[in-house]
Amino acid sequence: MTDQLTRRQLLGRAALGGAALTFPGLVAACGGSASKSSTGTTAHKLAKTLHFSNWTLYIDNKPGNKHPSLDQFQKKYGVHVAYTEDINDNASFFSKIEPQLSRGQSTGRDLIVMTDNSRYPSLLINKKWVEPLDKSAIPNLKNLIPQQRHPNWDPNRDYSLPWQSGMTGIGWNEKLTNPVLTMGDLLGNKKLKGKVALLTEFADTLCLVMAANGDDPSKVTDKTFNKAISTIQKAVQSGQIRQFYGNDYSGALAKGDLVATMAWSGDIVQLQADNAHLKWNLPDTGGDIWTDNMLIPKGGDAYTASVYMNWVYSPKIAAEIEDYVNYICPVLGAKAVLLKQDPAIANNTLIFPTEAMLNNVHTIDPKALNNEKYQTTWQNLISG
Amino acid sequence: MGFFHRHRGLTPYLLLAPGMLWLTLFFLVPLGFLAYQSLQSGSIDFGYSFTWAWSNYSDALRNYRGQFERSFLYAGIATLIALVVSYPVAYWIAFRGGRWKNLLLLFIVAPFFVTYLIRTLAWETILSDNGLVVRTLDHLHLLGVLGQNGRILSTGTAVVAGITYNFLPFMALPLYVSLEQIDETLIEAAEDLYASKWRAFWRVTFPLSLPGVVAGTLLTFIPAAGDFINAQLLGSPSTHMIGNVINSKYNDLIDYPAAAAMSFILMAIILAMVLLYARAVGTEKLTG
Repeated sequence: MTDQLTRRQLLGRAALGGAALTFPGLVAACGGSASKSSTGTTAHKLAKTLHFSNWTLYIDNKPGNKHPSLDQFQKKYGVHVAYTEDINDNASFFSKIEPQLSRGQSTGRDLIVMTDNSRYPSLLINKKWVEPLDKSAIPNLKNLIPQQRHPNWDPNRDYSLPWQSGMTGIGWNEKLTNPVLTMGDLLGNKKLKGKVALLTEFADTLCLVMAANGDDPSKVTDKTFNKAISTIQKAVQSGQIRQFYGNDYSGALAKGDLVATMAWSGDIVQLQADNAHLKWNLPDTGGDIWTDNMLIPKGGDAYTASVYMNWVYSPKIAAEIEDYVNYICPVLGAKAVLLKQDPAIANNTLIFPTEAMLNNVHTIDPKALNNEKYQTTWQNLISG
Repeated sequence: MGFFHRHRGLTPYLLLAPGMLWLTLFFLVPLGFLAYQSLQSGSIDFGYSFTWAWSNYSDALRNYRGQFERSFLYAGIATLIALVVSYPVAYWIAFRGGRWKNLLLLFIVAPFFVTYLIRTLAWETILSDNGLVVRTLDHLHLLGVLGQNGRILSTGTAVVAGITYNFLPFMALPLYVSLEQIDETLIEAAEDLYASKWRAFWRVTFPLSLPGVVAGTLLTFIPAAGDFINAQLLGSPSTHMIGNVINSKYNDLIDYPAAAAMSFILMAIILAMVLLYARAVGTEKLTG
């Protein structure tokens, strides 16, 4: 089913990406509703509606824009899920909800999804702009894969639960180049000059480059940071790097303007449906893993949101969503369900990575994410 | 009715009121807030506070001078190309369009039926490395002149091309309006007085079309200088304009004060340029 949706997904992503770029101020100005100004509820009473904001095409989807897993939830609990795909990147979504949160107003949302390799999940928790989970409503918490149980920014998962994870590695078009398996090759191979891209995401690019430099991305120091920046700068100045991309590298890769690029695992699974020549691998020195997390913004209905989290943490529902989404599933037992229903998905190592792959991925030092100086240096590098 | 008769002097103000109210609410108030914000210091983690931080302005000018200069350079080139391309088109439609005038004008506006973003994304395909444009330029040995490293996409040329294309109608339509209003008997009179066609154009037609030229250049140059979509989608890090920096300061770094200060600098420079321009060509040209 991914085959049918890939192209639409790409277009949708591209269009939304740009739309979000065009009108950030406007959106920020118009966002928010004053309809629910309560400061959240801990009452064990389900709300009539759950307002869920997610990234584009990041849930099971049937023709007619139906989401079976949400319909089943409504049937079982009588809660209608108002599902909105209004998150295109962490930064612009954050600037959209920040004005309300900083004024103590509700964002009109009960559940949002943000990535842990951006500074925002930890920022939201530190600022107390999120509600704690109602863990009594989430017995399925036991199904969370062990690697995800104690992230350093939310050590006991008091505020967050993973929605999906993904890996950052190198994608290439095997028709146009030999396999690109190292960052050194990506940044230095003359044959790839001007046909290579890096990602605008600070954490992704830094992680891969630092690992390739032989430094530890989980403990960033000024010295290792500057070394990584100068590695990238050299590649930019030599003309090796064509562009820094967000979501939109996929179009350039599909068209052949890019021969090799840093790329996200789930994107490549979807692109492969259209172009079997696209390959993906973790660089020899290691890739990067990130997780999109469900969070309950201040003013959201914590109980209803927690009941929903419990719902998606049942292996059956997780498998249903996974069968469509193609990123890495955080729910134990989902693979067993998919092995019966859709073995091709269950056996795809980009979706259910092997132990060896999981041992070869890094995560970025959260302190580096919150370091203004690093962030400014990075933004200056990618915006000339 | 009686009220308006008795207070006829109020009428102009009443007519102005909705516009003024709109401008105050949606332009002046936000502008004031932006000014306030541009003098704050702090960070998103610890909050921003008002400290008369003029350093936001000096830092912006010192650190992003290149992007400011590039913005005005690209916008200037794009405006010039748009003028040179649009003038003959507008001229032809105004004087030779006949009964096809409206249809031809529709063609000029037609791209506007598609959103800005999609139009710009289309140029990614048009200028693609394996596309027709790049191959043709390569054939004509122009790729080395216009492009970089054997490509057009992700170069300054692509950004200028995108801006020119996206703002072309803003140039063409005012030109058309002012050309269309020219009394053709004046041109005939010039020719009757033994002016060559060329001389008649430069002495009669062009001066009369100046209001359109001025309006068109302003309508093109001002938004083009602040544009960031073209540089984002068609450019590379070395072609980013000040709009890209403001966008990244605002959205990625959540550094509102710096973004606000840069917006003010951009606005001030544009305002100064417009005033100089208006003075050079005369304000009556602005109003026709």
